[in-house]
Amino acid sequence: MILRRRRGAATIDAPAAPAAATAPARSGTPERWGEVSFEDRMATVGFRVSERAHIVVDSDVCRSCTTRECVTACPANLFAPTADGGILFNYEQCFECGTCYQICNREGAITWTYPDGGHGVIFRHG
Amino acid sequence: MADPRVNGRAAAEVDAVVVGAGPAGSAAAWALARAGKSVVLLERGPFPGSKNLYGGVVYGRILDEIVPRWWEEVPVQRWVVRRSTMVMTATQALTVDFRTQAWGRPPYNGMTVYRADFDRWLAGKAVEAGATLVTSTVATGLLRDEAGRIAGVRTDRPDGDLRARIVIACDGVNSFLAKEARLLPRTSPEHLTLGVKEVLALPREVIDERFGLRGDEGLDIEILGCTGDIPGGGFLYTNGDTVSVGVVLSLAHLGKAGKRPEEVLAGLKAHPAIAPYLRGATLKEYGAHLIPEGGYNHMPALYTDGMLVAGDAAGMCLAAGIWLEGVNFAIGSGLAAGRAAAKALDAGDLSASGLSVYQRELEKGFVLANHKRLRGAPDLVLSERVQRRYPGLVADLVEGMFTVTDPKPKPGLLALLKRAARRNDVKLRHLLADGLRGGRVFR
Repeated sequence: MILRRRRGAATIDAPAAPAAATAPARSGTPERWGEVSFEDRMATVGFRVSERAHIVVDSDVCRSCTTRECVTACPANLFAPTADGGILFNYEQCFECGTCYQICNREGAITWTYPDGGHGVIFRHG
Repeated sequence: MADPRVNGRAAAEVDAVVVGAGPAGSAAAWALARAGKSVVLLERGPFPGSKNLYGGVVYGRILDEIVPRWWEEVPVQRWVVRRSTMVMTATQALTVDFRTQAWGRPPYNGMTVYRADFDRWLAGKAVEAGATLVTSTVATGLLRDEAGRIAGVRTDRPDGDLRARIVIACDGVNSFLAKEARLLPRTSPEHLTLGVKEVLALPREVIDERFGLRGDEGLDIEILGCTGDIPGGGFLYTNGDTVSVGVVLSLAHLGKAGKRPEEVLAGLKAHPAIAPYLRGATLKEYGAHLIPEGGYNHMPALYTDGMLVAGDAAGMCLAAGIWLEGVNFAIGSGLAAGRAAAKALDAGDLSASGLSVYQRELEKGFVLANHKRLRGAPDLVLSERVQRRYPGLVADLVEGMFTVTDPKPKPGLLALLKRAARRNDVKLRHLLADGLRGGRVFR
């Protein structure tokens, strides 16, 4: 069974404006700069979203997985555990780094290909 | 295109197809085009560089072989004249800072760039030399002739088979072509790291003042001891009006550590030695990419019948602690692949034995000479003591040296070393053994 959630606009060519700075650190607390919500963090990245999901997660296989390393390791935070023990997955804001399938310990749980030509992440600075 | 049969098999449409217009692919395509071969350079992104992300410095010496006086036209952010190495614990930091004005003048040493600009520029050199760049096109698999020999690639374009006499796979760290050819294992998390990076905006004059820079001078800081329980490292470098800050994390440990990569990065950014550098900065771009860090001992076979592998696909990144280089190794391996392919085309022998000239060229040049000599470095740099104990040992030793103990006399250095070793749970015989190992690795 393939589960995926959609979030944000379907197609984002131009990323949103740079996220605002956080407030200056109060004395006694660590000084933090450029920290924003995860949503705003991902809004700084350009994506040209393909209609086709380039990553397919077989949630039935995930149900028997106890480590769930993809959930914490994915730098775009695209994997979320569901109440019934499966994995909810969104392909749209993927960096195409490969972390998820490289660390997945269940053969066949993650089917990973590149997005269709011209689609997917577009780093403007890199 | 028509499909005329020559000796029972489909004729190639081009001499060579190079997959991936990153630094390795563009260098390979340039070399082939310069040798008069017909070459198609495939790129899956909408432009070269759009899928690429790196963590530091492009060392430009190898560019001398492609563009004389390349520094007059390359899209540079800053010329690195300061190279710092920082060793830190949660509350301490020791920095070794080197500066030379020689690196700020032609022929230059290293530069910071945006890969979207640099990779596009380098691909343009291949196009000027005669290569055909085709963007927004994924090579989805290998074509084989009746004998099972690689004979081109399939693409995701309609009617998308592209027959070529030789394929050069420069399709990056995840190289599905090298995997399909059984040169790379499907997964290898123990030899990969994940780099996560933020590009943060700051006014140019603020960067100049904060980092002691003038004009287009730049700084690169490499950091050890900033990744907690996960083996890895960090970096901070200056661009024109942004700074890039990131961490590199061992993939085998990341998932088990239960800490998200951007949280590790947030920890580095909040470190008292780093946070003041970033004061007032705003996030411009977040990104992540895998890095092949296994080095010489874990490289795939670099050629097979009808195909060569170069760049990250071949594990060419040099992650040797003192030296952290990748783009130059990609260019160097790409050039060698393009030249070897041209020779093999001339000789009419595209079998593995005909292509073995590639390996020999790489071993003669800097690419495999360096990798071979430093083959012990990746394991040493990511070892438990180097990662988790020596940063504290070094910082405690230096803190002891510079903490004035009046009215007690200064303790001797040996006493300080013993105390620092004890505090960080290091046995002096281990320190000695690692010192000797380091001496062998970096000799």
